[in-house]
Amino acid sequence: MSTAIDPTMTATREIEFRDALREAMSQEMRRDPRVFLLGEEVAHYNGAYKVSKGMLDEFGPRRIIDTPISESGFAGMAIGAAMMGLRPIVEFMSWSFSLVAADPILNNAPKMLYMSGGQFGCPIVFRGNDGAGGQLGSTHSWCVEGLYSNVPGLKLAIPSCPEDAKGLMTTAIRDDDPVFFLESERVLGMKGHVPEGDYLIPFGQAKVRREGTDCTLVSFGRPVNFCLDAAAELAKEGISCEVLDMRTIRPLDIDSIVRSVRKTNYCVVVDQSWSFGSPGSEVASQVHQHCFDDLDNFVHRVHSADVPTPYAFNLEQEYLPNARRICEAVRSCLYRA
Amino acid sequence: MSMLSEPSTSRPFDVHGKPGERTSAPAATGRRDPVDPALCRQWLRDMLLIREFENRCMQQYQDKKIGGFCHIYIGQEAIAVGCTAAVRPNDPIVTAYRDHGHALARGMAARHCMAEMFGKIGGCAKGKGGSMHMFDREHHLYGGHGIVGAQIPLGVGLAFACKYMDEVIDGRPNSRVALAFLGDGALNQGSMHEAMNLAGLLDLPCVIICENNGYSMGTSIHRGTTMGHDIISKAIGYGIDGYVVDGMDVLSVYHDMSAIVEKCRRESRPAFVDMRCYRFKGHSMSDPRKYRTPEEEHQYASDDPIGRLKLHLEERGELSEAALKEMQKEIRDEVREAIAWSESSPEPPMSELYHDVFVEPHGPYNGTSLPQMLQGKDLR
Ligand SMILES: Cc1ncc(C[n+]2csc(CCOP(=O)(O)OP(=O)(O)O)c2C)c(N)n1
Ligand SMILES: [Mg+2]
Repeated sequence: MSTAIDPTMTATREIEFRDALREAMSQEMRRDPRVFLLGEEVAHYNGAYKVSKGMLDEFGPRRIIDTPISESGFAGMAIGAAMMGLRPIVEFMSWSFSLVAADPILNNAPKMLYMSGGQFGCPIVFRGNDGAGGQLGSTHSWCVEGLYSNVPGLKLAIPSCPEDAKGLMTTAIRDDDPVFFLESERVLGMKGHVPEGDYLIPFGQAKVRREGTDCTLVSFGRPVNFCLDAAAELAKEGISCEVLDMRTIRPLDIDSIVRSVRKTNYCVVVDQSWSFGSPGSEVASQVHQHCFDDLDNFVHRVHSADVPTPYAFNLEQEYLPNARRICEAVRSCLYRA
Repeated sequence: MSMLSEPSTSRPFDVHGKPGERTSAPAATGRRDPVDPALCRQWLRDMLLIREFENRCMQQYQDKKIGGFCHIYIGQEAIAVGCTAAVRPNDPIVTAYRDHGHALARGMAARHCMAEMFGKIGGCAKGKGGSMHMFDREHHLYGGHGIVGAQIPLGVGLAFACKYMDEVIDGRPNSRVALAFLGDGALNQGSMHEAMNLAGLLDLPCVIICENNGYSMGTSIHRGTTMGHDIISKAIGYGIDGYVVDGMDVLSVYHDMSAIVEKCRRESRPAFVDMRCYRFKGHSMSDPRKYRTPEEEHQYASDDPIGRLKLHLEERGELSEAALKEMQKEIRDEVREAIAWSESSPEPPMSELYHDVFVEPHGPYNGTSLPQMLQGKDLR
């Protein structure tokens, strides 16, 4: 039986982020016939980013389903199936394309249980590539956590490393509510230690990825890795950062943040979505509420620039919340700028 | 309008239709006025330019001068060139992300197109759009668009504006036609169906052109689309006339599209075109093409639209070897120059990050400005 464990303690083999995702999906499909995967190019093509590679061979075309380019249609179809008790995993080739399916995924899935007075739930996972960084331009670079975390009734998981990817995905599939699972194509090739069996990482439990005493860095998904880079850089200047990987944005583990900020008295939030009405602004607001007397400066935030994503390499690099900008924010927050 | 010839045994692959199945296309008229050889040579030049441009693009992508997604138009050149020839320069067009061919055919200079992909300030969008977003106000190109299907309602909106400007504002009959291009994969987006219904309902002069290359990424049309052998049946459901056109033959494209466009202009009505073609290269730069056979690719490659036009001209003694050589040399030089120019064009300055968010300066945003290619031009 699966248990909640710290996977890094037990794993010896290294696999890629994409393999970790696939392992979770495959293990869940083996144990529960109600689970199936659908999306564009997931079957014969083995997935645009090879996350579902080999799954058609194992599970066949009734459970690994290639769809036409009809996001609104197939997302809605999967929601209908979930209302009947199946447990679909819907792959968006990119979360940017989920905007075409905004009505079903925002107006149906997260509200079904509520508006049916508890009669019809929606045990579904929407997953796919999220975020900028590949010079894909304005329409293909969405960080949908900024938009979607605003909506009650959905859970939003955003792993930063392979071991979390597998554990969070397993939890997502077994969850009885709609889960939005955000992967970054930029880190699908990242390798890490991942246990072979199935294990669950509970939602709403942040992980301290680096301990520190001078400043709390709070982040979600791929930018957690930028925070670790920045923390290493700042250590050379004698600044000790504690890096919190939130792992889920909804639910948000505010307790872990508060605990850390009470220790460090400074907080910088790093969020790759736009700043206005974002996970970053929500964290800042909650920290100000809970740690008003502990803070030695207001919560600083690092976001993507408040403009559509540019294509040009130099502009996109500057646009993203990179390690340099995180270091600057920490120094500024600690009055060391 | 033309019907494609029945597949013969020497052409075993047919990605579009199941052999022998009827389509709902109107029968061919057979009427073909001869085209001025000089015009044909110009089309050959335009097609060769796109071919050379795209080949060099692939190299530049391998050399990491171009980033992001890059979709190559090789094999489909006859469509952009033939359709452009069939409309007036001020008829607006809009297309998807496989857009370099449309930009060049419409008249964008190769250097502005290439520099856009290099992410340089000299690009048509100052390097801020990239390969999928070619925009050219001067040549009435309303963009390449990256979200599959997104551009189709926009195209219908261009037609709406054409009609509105003429009929409502100027009080005269509609004079312009909009072209909206899409891939066969976009047939399955709701946007396509909503757009067709609107175009039919509001009598909008829009030709919706499906560049039906038989595949959307790795999905053959028959695996992703009902009635894939007869896609104009979809238009018929919206009361829109549909036509099958041989997109591998620039003369067919020109003749058929001229007739279709003029009918739409005259009657202020939409039309739908199943423009049959084949994408010779992968979907984007990272596509191993395992979903189709080398034999199939070879068959279509041997039916190259450029080869067809060359043959047409040579058979009539309208293209000398020397003239062709000269043309090819000019084109190589033009594209080489475009690359050199793009290399030397500066990166966009950091202020561009906050430029063009709004027209007016406001907060961190610092207003807007025209790309180099439009500076000093009178745009009305
Ligand atoms: C809404 C949306 N979904 C998915 C994609 C990813 N995607 C880009 S192109 C493409 C295939 C489109 O094929 P088709 O329309 O036939 O055009 P072609 O590439 O053949 O020119 C897909 C799935 C996208 N860009 N937008
Ligand atoms: Mg296609």
